[in-house]
Amino acid sequence: MVYVIIKELSPSADEVIIVTSSLMKDMTSKTDMYRANAIRVLCQITDGTLLTQIERYLKQAIVDKNPVVASAALVSGIHLLQTNPEIVKRWSNEVQEAVQSRAALVQFHALALLHQIRQNDRLAVNKLVSSLTRGSVRSPLAQCLLIRYTSQVIRESASSTQTGDRPFYDFLEGCLRHKAEMVIFEAARAITELNGVTSRELTPAITVLQLFLSSTKPVLRFAAVRTLNKVAMTHPIAVTNCNIDMESLISDQNRSIATLAITTLLKTGNESSVDRLMKQITTFMSDIADEFKIVVIEAIRSLCLKFPLKYRSLMNFLSNILREEGGFEYKKAIVDSIVILIRDIPEAKESGLLHLCEFIEDCEFTYLSTQILHFLGIEGPKTSDPSKYIRYIYNRVHLENATVRAGAVSTLAKFGAMVDSLKPRIFVLLRRCLFDTDDEVRDRATLYLNTLGADGAVEDMKEFLFGSLDIPLEPSEESFDINSVPKEVKIQPLAEKKAPGKKPTGLGGPPPAPPSTIDAYEKLISSIPEFANFGKLFKSSAPVELTEAETEYAVNVVKHIFDGHVVFQYNCTNTISEQLLENVTVIVDASEAEEFAEVASKPLRSLPYDSPGQTFVAFEKPEGVPAVGKFSNMLRFIVKEVDPSTGEAEDDGVEDEYQLEELEVVAADYMLKVGVSNFRNAWESMGPDCERVDEYDLGPRENLAEAVNAVINLLGMQPCEGTEVVPSNSRSHTCLLSGVYIGNVKVLVRLQFGIDGPKDVAMKLAVRSEDEAVS
Amino acid sequence: ELCPTIKNILLLDSEGKRIAVKYYSDDWPTNAAKEAFEKAVFTKTQKTNARTEAEITMFDNYIVVYKFVQDLHFFVTGGENENEIILATVLQGFFDAVGLLLRGTEDKKEALENLDLILLCLDEIVDGGIILETDANVIAGKVDSHSMDAGAPLSEQVSLLLFHSSDYPLAKSIATILTYLGLQQTITQALATAREHLTRSLLK
Repeated sequence: MVYVIIKELSPSADEVIIVTSSLMKDMTSKTDMYRANAIRVLCQITDGTLLTQIERYLKQAIVDKNPVVASAALVSGIHLLQTNPEIVKRWSNEVQEAVQSRAALVQFHALALLHQIRQNDRLAVNKLVSSLTRGSVRSPLAQCLLIRYTSQVIRESASSTQTGDRPFYDFLEGCLRHKAEMVIFEAARAITELNGVTSRELTPAITVLQLFLSSTKPVLRFAAVRTLNKVAMTHPIAVTNCNIDMESLISDQNRSIATLAITTLLKTGNESSVDRLMKQITTFMSDIADEFKIVVIEAIRSLCLKFPLKYRSLMNFLSNILREEGGFEYKKAIVDSIVILIRDIPEAKESGLLHLCEFIEDCEFTYLSTQILHFLGIEGPKTSDPSKYIRYIYNRVHLENATVRAGAVSTLAKFGAMVDSLKPRIFVLLRRCLFDTDDEVRDRATLYLNTLGADGAVEDMKEFLFGSLDIPLEPSEESFDINSVPKEVKIQPLAEKKAPGKKPTGLGGPPPAPPSTIDAYEKLISSIPEFANFGKLFKSSAPVELTEAETEYAVNVVKHIFDGHVVFQYNCTNTISEQLLENVTVIVDASEAEEFAEVASKPLRSLPYDSPGQTFVAFEKPEGVPAVGKFSNMLRFIVKEVDPSTGEAEDDGVEDEYQLEELEVVAADYMLKVGVSNFRNAWESMGPDCERVDEYDLGPRENLAEAVNAVINLLGMQPCEGTEVVPSNSRSHTCLLSGVYIGNVKVLVRLQFGIDGPKDVAMKLAVRSEDEAVS
Repeated sequence: ELCPTIKNILLLDSEGKRIAVKYYSDDWPTNAAKEAFEKAVFTKTQKTNARTEAEITMFDNYIVVYKFVQDLHFFVTGGENENEIILATVLQGFFDAVGLLLRGTEDKKEALENLDLILLCLDEIVDGGIILETDANVIAGKVDSHSMDAGAPLSEQVSLLLFHSSDYPLAKSIATILTYLGLQQTITQALATAREHLTRSLLK
């Protein structure tokens, strides 16, 4: 007992020499229990100098016959390794002997210590693992350790070997048949976590986990479901066999198990099972706590994005649970999901908006009501019959608290501004709001009535009322002049109400990011008056770097393609704190691009340190023709020195130029990535008349995946049904791509790849589109 | 870092208050943090029935396996990537060992009266986070052999400490702890032995 006390008090070695000397006496006493405990205590309170004195005893203890003593010494060694590694490393011979010991736990502790000592030496670890996997390991704990070390060895040697079975895989598979459950589970888990594991390798592990699913012990069920959940993220097909067992787990007593089962089923479900799952989940949702419900909602959201055709049943489900009881976070998650569905699945817009309207009639959270009203204001006017929503919005003006009323007034005004036919009716409604009790509501109503009622300058009005104003107003003596507010709208990534991308978006589903950035670009371009009449933006490319990293000025370019024009948007950043750039323009030399003619250029007035700015150059090109060409660019500006202490720039500056890299407009720029959920149907419906087939030899490549990716990037089309994922080690692959070419021509491409011995890749390309010329 | 580690072992009563706890990790640096964790884990598992089989739950990125008997609640905590079955084996070892030590009457009163046995038991299962033993019989055997010889060497040790120690506060704290554990007799014995030693050495 005293040992426990001394460990708790932990005096340092020089403080209480008596304690240490009596402990040392104990270490050599005849009774083994005291030796063991003395060792443990001493090692906890000792320091380096004392350690060298007792080292001899410790080494003897490690190989002692009594397992308790040996274990004590080994465990102390593991702890001491953190503070005095050199001393402990000298014991490796004794530890090696202990690994061969007959006592089960001694082997476990010795293995742990030996691995820690040798962990930096990869070869030694490899030898250790190979000798033990062939030998016999007595305790289940030691076996688990060995499995973990084996996985580490496999992971580190994975880079060298590509083909054939992995080393030690047979050992892991053999462990699946061990007596102890912890070993079986550890082996199954290790197999599922192998890098780039194939379905053939996974099958025995998943079979074992499936057995655990129906065990009576909650611990086993939980462990199995959790592992299967992780596997389902990367290999959903492999887990489908367990679906039936998992469906029975939905009604499990332990709520964590039930939630994990549901989320796994949602990941592995296919279209036909979605309806059945939804029915089961509805009964399930009332049982579980809020935090679990949010997890399920997010899984449902990704499911809906994966199967857009099923939106109706999923939307109904979401709106049903929205009506039930729930906390703020939970309802917010549901509303976010509905909003994302409306944004990404156009057919769902009308029903989704209606559901949201019904919700705000009853919603107890002001924040959610105002957000939904704002969203309605943006999306509602674009629908076919906006007047439907007016009733819901107007009711808010009467029935809710002040914040919601103000939001409702703004939304009504937006409807009136966007949809001319509704304007007179909106005016009537707004006039009634003038008698509201709250200041903000009356102010807003007055503002909208006066601005919308006035004639002329409607576009500017809309921008003023509903656009994003950059800088907050500063109190000033002069009367406010709207023109002095700079119209340059900084690109702000639209605040997406999206969950962070921990879960990958479903394979083959349209990636949610591009539509939002296109909206931002579209707003930006149309806000610049010179470019406003270019028509609809067809495509904006991803930013292409024109400077190397770490240069003084970082510039990247975004290519916006319109029907008859091309606009280059240069995003510039000044990384030199002592300089302020003014009048920044880009001089583009289009001598190698004959079909393009420069039309306009918009300079950037000022570019201070570390805040990005944009400058634009627009080119005219023949309409409808996908012209290509190369452009060389040079950045021209006036540079002014900035005094670092005051932050003020000098008055006169020097004109300077900075060469940028060239940029190309290629055919891929004219291709929009648009996914198709059922490729076969679309392919058949296109008809073979507009088909062109060709064969290419792509030459030697690293592997098939690299070749596939290169071609996808070249064509700029969207891979469908997950065909961009090439299983490793495969000899051939078929990739299905779809896209929309400029002029709104749908194009489908089927690529067949084959790779042979000397890594030569051959490709057969078949194109079908609505227009033969495009093919 | 690949070795299975236990973060803490808790034994709480039916209201969530501590009977015996041991923490092996720095995740809860202050006492307030520890108590908050105990309260959270207790409220989360209160309504479940973990009397026949060990139950498991996950929160705050920790996995907790637990089992209840009468008014005692046993918990073992590990990191989120730990092998859950290993944690369950440790829990079972602790649970059964305490059952053996309390000789069948597993309730709060008995546990508090034999607190020293339980503390020794905790000490023999996990050392600094590393599992020492999972077999309940072996654990109970080790604890028993400690307590049976509690008489002789304990007083010898204590007497030496009290007598030689130049560090008075240490001696005083050891004495107070032993008193708390109800070993008052040992103190008087020890002081008697100490007096003997002193007289003997003075007479030499």
